[in-house]
Amino acid sequence: MPEMEDAKISASKEHRITRRRFILGVIAGGAVVGAASYKILSPGGRTRGAGERWITLNVNGRMRRVEVMRQETLAWTLRYKLGLTGTKLGCDRAECGACTVLIDDVPHYSCSVLTNTVRGKRVTTIEGLAGADGTLHPVQQAVVDEQGFQCAFCMSGFIMSAVGFLKKHPAPTRTELAHGISGNLCRCQDYNKILDAMMRGAEYMRRA
Amino acid sequence: MADAVQTNAKRIESAEPRPFGSGYKLIGRDYTTPDMMAKVTGRSRYAEDFRAEGMLFCRLVLSPMPHGRIKHIDASEALAMPGVKAVLTADDIPAQADYLDDNGRTIKASKWGERALTNEPMYQGDPILAVAAVNELTCAEAIERIRIEMDPLPFVIDPLDSLRPGGPNPLKDGNVWVRPKPPATGGPQVSELKWTDADFAEYEQGRLPMGEAPDTWSYGDLEAGFRGAALVLDESFVTPDVSHQCLESRTAMAHWQNSKLYLHTGTQSTYQTAPAIARWMNLTPDQVVLVSEYTGGGFGSKVTGTVIMIIPAILSRKLNAPVMMRISREEEHFIGRARPSIAGRARIGFAKDGRITALDFYTVTNSGAYDEASDGGSAGRIVSLLYQPTAMRWRGVTVMTNTPTRSAQSAPGGMQGIAIIEPVLAKAARKLGVDQVALRRVNCPEGKAEYAAPNRDGKRPHATSCFLKMALDRGAEQFRWQERMARPKRMGTKVRGAGVSLSCYVGGTIGFDGLLVITREGRVQFHSGIGNLGTESVMDVHRAGAEVLDVPWEICDVVWGDTSRVMPYTCASGGSQTTHAMTRAAFAVATTARQQLKEVAARSLGGKPEDYEVRNARVFRKDGAGISFAEAAQKAIELGGIYDGHQAPADVHKVTKSAVAALAGQGLVVAARDNAPRDGDTYSFVASFAEVEVDVETGKYFITDFLAYGDVGTVLHPHSLGGQMLGRSTLGIAHAIGQKWVIDPEYGATVAKRFYQNKPPTILDVPVDMQWAALNIPDPETPVGARGVGEPPVGGGCASILNALSDALGDEIFQRAPVNADTILASLDAGRPMQHPLMGSI
Repeated sequence: MPEMEDAKISASKEHRITRRRFILGVIAGGAVVGAASYKILSPGGRTRGAGERWITLNVNGRMRRVEVMRQETLAWTLRYKLGLTGTKLGCDRAECGACTVLIDDVPHYSCSVLTNTVRGKRVTTIEGLAGADGTLHPVQQAVVDEQGFQCAFCMSGFIMSAVGFLKKHPAPTRTELAHGISGNLCRCQDYNKILDAMMRGAEYMRRA
Repeated sequence: MADAVQTNAKRIESAEPRPFGSGYKLIGRDYTTPDMMAKVTGRSRYAEDFRAEGMLFCRLVLSPMPHGRIKHIDASEALAMPGVKAVLTADDIPAQADYLDDNGRTIKASKWGERALTNEPMYQGDPILAVAAVNELTCAEAIERIRIEMDPLPFVIDPLDSLRPGGPNPLKDGNVWVRPKPPATGGPQVSELKWTDADFAEYEQGRLPMGEAPDTWSYGDLEAGFRGAALVLDESFVTPDVSHQCLESRTAMAHWQNSKLYLHTGTQSTYQTAPAIARWMNLTPDQVVLVSEYTGGGFGSKVTGTVIMIIPAILSRKLNAPVMMRISREEEHFIGRARPSIAGRARIGFAKDGRITALDFYTVTNSGAYDEASDGGSAGRIVSLLYQPTAMRWRGVTVMTNTPTRSAQSAPGGMQGIAIIEPVLAKAARKLGVDQVALRRVNCPEGKAEYAAPNRDGKRPHATSCFLKMALDRGAEQFRWQERMARPKRMGTKVRGAGVSLSCYVGGTIGFDGLLVITREGRVQFHSGIGNLGTESVMDVHRAGAEVLDVPWEICDVVWGDTSRVMPYTCASGGSQTTHAMTRAAFAVATTARQQLKEVAARSLGGKPEDYEVRNARVFRKDGAGISFAEAAQKAIELGGIYDGHQAPADVHKVTKSAVAALAGQGLVVAARDNAPRDGDTYSFVASFAEVEVDVETGKYFITDFLAYGDVGTVLHPHSLGGQMLGRSTLGIAHAIGQKWVIDPEYGATVAKRFYQNKPPTILDVPVDMQWAALNIPDPETPVGARGVGEPPVGGGCASILNALSDALGDEIFQRAPVNADTILASLDAGRPMQHPLMGSI
């Protein structure tokens, strides 16, 4: 349900149960259900007053012109404007890490970064990790070799987190690496195999 | 290797664990699954990654109240907005229709079944309507302008509230699920059941009331078992409601072409979902094309998709445009399913050595809104199999409440049953002075272990095989159980505790079909109707087919994830049945393919089929004469009939027959039904071990070690098996350490609905080096010997942690799961369990 009061509806007849009154009835439980979580998002098309403008982004080493709204998140721009759907939205609220990308080599939740703020920075997504000739990044290769992950919806976020972490900490212990990628959630709970893969990835990166 | 596979049944007599892959070229060895490159590079497409020209979006409006009736919806203002295309309400949803099941039996539509949208929402978050527009922002703005008038109706959140004299019902028909008494037939019905005040006499003491139970069974002499017992314990315990929380929500995108529905969505079972969608849409299955190459987790919540997925399909038909329905994390909480909480009570009699002489088990299942959750009955059966009580009675009541719809979650019922019983066993071992492993050992099932009540023919059902005792012994050794027991427990404010648990669940079904094509290029193309939800069974089972054909995996292709690419009759990927059911089907089709290859070769080069051998993509005689697979495929096309798919075997399912017809002429087209015999019901078993370290000053605890030791039949693919063993153990651990629903009983409103309030374990919640092992003893009742493993580890994951906690802290800390720092601190302070033992959702 919408979170804002609609004057016309609130002013309606006493005994009529309006959305506003539903919400009042259940507000104690924090129970506002529904579409509000998508209000900032507008895929494609112009939206009245949304203030879209053209900016240039450096994504995976390419300069990309893209028209964005002021309130648009990087995850949205990547997925819906640039067609880079390897970045996943698991929660859209910085809880799960599925949308993690690198911004100047540092992992960020792209659901919680405004696209406008990454102008002039280097954005790297899972699609930009392999070499131009298709050679996998060492961490990707390690995931293949260890058959890491199960459903893999969390995989790109985990890989980006690990790549960012390993750039700064090339020789972590298993525990240090676990802390380094603990901002990512795997619902298949394949953590053991993920750590196997990422530790192997660290080793491949050191060798490369 | 077909011969090796077939002799499994004989070799089992020795029942010795073997190294993985022993005797095989492919089975039991690691490999890179064919979906891996797309996943690792971000090219894999999940439902939300599809785009289509002119694609519209739709958004749901969910009920804000736990039970109500829609009086009036005024969407005129919303529909007048630019960009708004349609508003869909319950009135636009096809009525539930009767349907034919896989065996041609008519299943009557349930009047209490869930529909995609409703005019009488049964829980807070039940979808009321959907809005389609050019984008989601417009949808959200349109929703602001829709006026909905609703009447609130009485509701109930806690099952026991509903069972009290005069307690509220979740809907006018009643509050509990009952099966029609013979001779009446049909599915379960909702009816009213109220217990007496006397039944509730011990409620305040934290003992589960046990009034009239609609469901019960028993075997053995329960009273004699209790009379002869050295110790009798009577314990109540409640398990939490836990959301599935698949990382991919149940998003769906639909479009129509030539009166056919194309639906892109995530589902556990590709083949089985298309008929489900057809049923909900009142279409025939051939009018539905389901695309689901990748699915972001299921855990039982997407066995054949969910009815909500038809909303974009209906909107798309109405608007003649593709429609994407994205489901937010918060919406997923309400419509994404959960494991039902069970409040249980167990009275157990033990002999001096810990052998269970009698077990009286009562379960109250919170089934939520709509269809019945059958977890209670499953809990009874699993407990009976896993602990082999000499005498047992199970009674259960399944209560409908105004809380979100439940569904099977990995080891449905088994997990709750094990979580309720294991802490009682741990307490008994302490009271009797018996070692925890020894007590499990004396109760452990073995061989063709019997379980539950006798069938109609007077015989109790039995398992196909069980070597759990061996897994328990080997696990105890690997976990250094005795050494841990001998160590001092307390170091300053830290206390260590170790726990062991038995665990098991269903491990497979039979009777499905395999389908493959040997192409003119000489490749072996397996058609897989299995869903790709991350377990890799979609690929793994076909390794058994390649093994039988004795071909290198490099010349094999797996076709999966799109019903237009044709699929054989395949089991639903749920209940850990796939590995077992579909290795059997793969074995059957590959065995038939070998025979047909020999026949084709004999007809090309002369001689009898039995003169020929099949190896390395060739069919040849001892004298060297032979043909390649590519030549055999060409010859099969020339021969036609049963060889190239113009004729299908008589015993395969009609779905497989049409798949064969669709592939006709593409090479040697082979289909076969799994007709292999099976004596017993297939179960897989796990022994789970855990150690925790509790800080008694803060209540915070860590799991320091974990081991799951499996008896899961032949190991097909070690990497994916390890993922299942530890992943599903951790799903179980979640129930012990923190996950639960919290629902405000006064307003019926959900309080914990996002990851941060109801968080699955993170990488920091489990040890960094969890261990797993498996016996690798083939099941004698299935050709390849492999059984399912997704669910068996779950209960042991949860209960081994609970048992480790009580080993550290004693028996007076908790009577419910999860156990958190509050539980520990408050109970240590008071010297008794301080949290409510009977209500799951607080």
